[in-house]
Amino acid sequence: MECVVSFAAPPRDPVSALSHPDPLSPSDATPQPARLTHLQRLEAEAIHIIRETVAECERPVMLYSIGKDSAAMLHVAMKAFHPAKPPFPLLHVDTTWKFKEMIRFRDAHARNLGLELLVHTNPDGLAAGVGPFTHGSAVHTDIMKTQALKQALDRYGFDAAFGGARRDEEASRAKERIFSFRNAAHAWEPKAQRPELWRLYNARKHRGESLRVFPLSNWTELDVWQYIAAENIPLPDLYFAAERPVVERDGTLIMVDDDRMPLAPGETPQMKSVRFRTLGCYPLTGAVESTAATIPAILQEMLTSRTSERQGRVIDRDQAASMEKKKREGYF
Amino acid sequence: MADGSLLHTDIDAWLARHQAKDLLRFITCGSVDDGKSTLIGRLLYDTGAVPDDEIARLQRDSARGSAGGELDFSLLVDGLAAEREQGITIDVAYRYFATEARKFIVADTPGHEQYTRNMITGASTAETAVILVDARKGVLTQTRRHSFLVSLVGIRRVVLAVNKMDLVGFAQDVFDGIVADYRAFAQGLGFAQITAIPISGRDGDNIALVSARTPWYAGPTLLGYLETTPIAADELATRPFRMAVQGVIRPDLSFRGFTGQISAGQLRVGDEVRVCPSGRTTRVARIVGWSGDLPQATAGQSVTVTLADEVDVSRGDVLAAAANPPESAERFAATLVWMDEQPMVIGRSYWLKIGARTVAAVVAGLDHRVDVNTLEHLPAARLELNEIGSVVLRLDQTTPFDPYDLNVETGGFILIDRVTNATIAAGMLRAAERRADNIHWHAQTVDKSARARLKGQRSAVLWLTGLSGAGKSTLANRIEQRLLAEGRHTYILDGDNVRHGLNKDLGFSEADRVENIRRVAEVARLMADAGLIVLVAFISPFRADRDLARGLMAPGEFIEVHVDAPLAVAEARDPKGLYRKARAGELKNFTGIDSPYEPPIQPEVYIDTTTTSPDAAADRIVRLIEQRGLPGVDGEGI
Repeated sequence: MECVVSFAAPPRDPVSALSHPDPLSPSDATPQPARLTHLQRLEAEAIHIIRETVAECERPVMLYSIGKDSAAMLHVAMKAFHPAKPPFPLLHVDTTWKFKEMIRFRDAHARNLGLELLVHTNPDGLAAGVGPFTHGSAVHTDIMKTQALKQALDRYGFDAAFGGARRDEEASRAKERIFSFRNAAHAWEPKAQRPELWRLYNARKHRGESLRVFPLSNWTELDVWQYIAAENIPLPDLYFAAERPVVERDGTLIMVDDDRMPLAPGETPQMKSVRFRTLGCYPLTGAVESTAATIPAILQEMLTSRTSERQGRVIDRDQAASMEKKKREGYF
Repeated sequence: MADGSLLHTDIDAWLARHQAKDLLRFITCGSVDDGKSTLIGRLLYDTGAVPDDEIARLQRDSARGSAGGELDFSLLVDGLAAEREQGITIDVAYRYFATEARKFIVADTPGHEQYTRNMITGASTAETAVILVDARKGVLTQTRRHSFLVSLVGIRRVVLAVNKMDLVGFAQDVFDGIVADYRAFAQGLGFAQITAIPISGRDGDNIALVSARTPWYAGPTLLGYLETTPIAADELATRPFRMAVQGVIRPDLSFRGFTGQISAGQLRVGDEVRVCPSGRTTRVARIVGWSGDLPQATAGQSVTVTLADEVDVSRGDVLAAAANPPESAERFAATLVWMDEQPMVIGRSYWLKIGARTVAAVVAGLDHRVDVNTLEHLPAARLELNEIGSVVLRLDQTTPFDPYDLNVETGGFILIDRVTNATIAAGMLRAAERRADNIHWHAQTVDKSARARLKGQRSAVLWLTGLSGAGKSTLANRIEQRLLAEGRHTYILDGDNVRHGLNKDLGFSEADRVENIRRVAEVARLMADAGLIVLVAFISPFRADRDLARGLMAPGEFIEVHVDAPLAVAEARDPKGLYRKARAGELKNFTGIDSPYEPPIQPEVYIDTTTTSPDAAADRIVRLIEQRGLPGVDGEGI
């Protein structure tokens, strides 16, 4: 099924068309062209953005985090260059604390698509044994994600990195450009952003400077889910409810994905039917109790419960406006 | 998400309905304290776009804030820490919500005077504008400014949202007075439709629900309007076909697909299309889809097309309806919105990006600037930050375009600073400067590469820059002798010989120096077009001017040679006695003494004349020239 590029647009509502006469609409003699749905428009915009980056940058890379947004973004990239492959590799910054299933899925998915996959782990952090249980989420995120990402971008000399972030996720994202300029230290300066007009993106930069490019900027969480459903995009099973071993930490359900999870004396993980709204490092990613095993069921739960997806992310709660701060420091 | 019952009972039906929605992008604008953030927060809240945990946070924060315990909806949209501290909105933010009928993207832009550029940015992608007025204050200077900017970017339908009606007792005469004022003012702005709505963002009157407190008002609610106003993007589908070519996809020798997002019209397999500006025509062979070919595509879609003939098409060209192509020109009348702290300089070269095409552009003249408050045309010598002017632009390449009012995508452009790479202006092309330009170029049979090939060489411009006395002329002469010996056709343009003839009307003011280099660069370009290897030996101390010259030449044709010697060495050589005069105060603005020299950052060739002999340097450069071979035999072009 190819819902997004088809022209299965609904007919215009004749009643509302009559009740709101429009001086700009073409005369009745002009045949009405097919209308694009919101998903078609969002996909077309994302394809345009990805192609523009490839045309204007020397060495782009796609940040692949294995989550649903990455999955949608990667699918758009496959379409953008079809029948060729996307002319850039995928990069995964592996903190070594991801869910095991994410890593399995990552390797299989990249292989199936025939794309080059680069995996980078911060060697200093690894040597120092940095992890969320021993160092806390803030230090872990800084060393194993922010610093690791900067290392990887510098090491390969990437001058543009695609990310799957959306503006509806968080306040500082809402103000970030689609082509987000970073200085040589990878820092974001919110007050010095380039005006972004029409579909004209300015990708010019000096050596050492780089861009973060967010093709899904204008998508919402619901858009991503609907696109995944319409395009049949594979996802890790973690998104779908299943019996999983969890423990409760500060009101959050954490899945015991391996034996690095410290348990209190006498504590045993409980088997519960849970799923994840976002995927990240397992000790920092809260599960939600659910029986939703299909995308429509997930959306039904999501739309009727109405909590934001970032609620499951422990790192955002550490401090107010923490995302803005992290981005200034070079976080994606 | 008011269609809640379906959501609970039949999720598949709900999703199918939701998936068929279209998308409206709009902008809200108003002065500080008009209640813009509150209105947007209210729209998000009333449409269920605010998650429960966000509402909990809102209740917590509202108790602490200035709204005295009531829900302060503006807290939903005040994003950055820097903003919360200062109590202002510093930049364009985008918000997302949906109703049963539509999805919406709203651009939230600040009302402060210094942020005109943000409003233009937010408006550039909007199809309709909600202009907020405080019922207690009426139409203000800022209201006029925002309305003008909205009309400037081509928005034709606006909502006049008269807010804070609760604070004037929902009085109809207050509302009617403001609406009459506004309509009188807006007459000259070319709006096709003005819909005035009395609202209270704080209490929600006439936002999602019809207010019982305005029985005298019979029009739509704000959401009702937004759900039914036509989508401007759909209208583009009825215009002549246009697509800026973003790139070429070549997975193997048998496939050559051209990518782009259709900016207007429809495309069907078999349609005749014209490649602009070259003017060649061909037919659409395939429209390639992800799971099979498409019979047709429409405005707004990103597509990959293959063509019936092997015509030359590259990034930046425009594919257009063959019977109804865009004009092509090099000189334009345009409107500029200046967005940079550094003012616009007439005669300076900037990058201009239009569609997928980036070319060098010079502002050749400034006709007037527009007072955004009174709409008066005022004489001006330059444009400062947030000023708007009517200019003449000269591009270094023939560029296809439509007037902005006919097609935003083929008429809207940005200017980029060549040194800082900042986006410094937005512009709208109005018309080609000369009517004679409305000609579609016939593909020339004798071109630069034909001329150069006849001479057994490839055109080049060797641009030697450096301090007076660094050794530019010596080196240029040595290179020319070597090239002549190899049978190459060359010419030297030298600071002195050009100043005595072509440029004898120019002095040493900044404007004259820019013009001096511009003329030399243009002459060098003509000579390169004739197939020559041109040697330019000019101090040319300013990076922007050398970049201007570089921008005039074809890619790879311009070879910048930094002829370097420390100032002390150059001054000791002093072949013309100029340093002595400058030190004595007899020469003003002398490079190295009382005027700066900006060395190239990445010259193609760097020569240190204190350690490299003229012969060794000439050897290096001649080798470089010889390695370039002939045009068209090393993959030049696509």
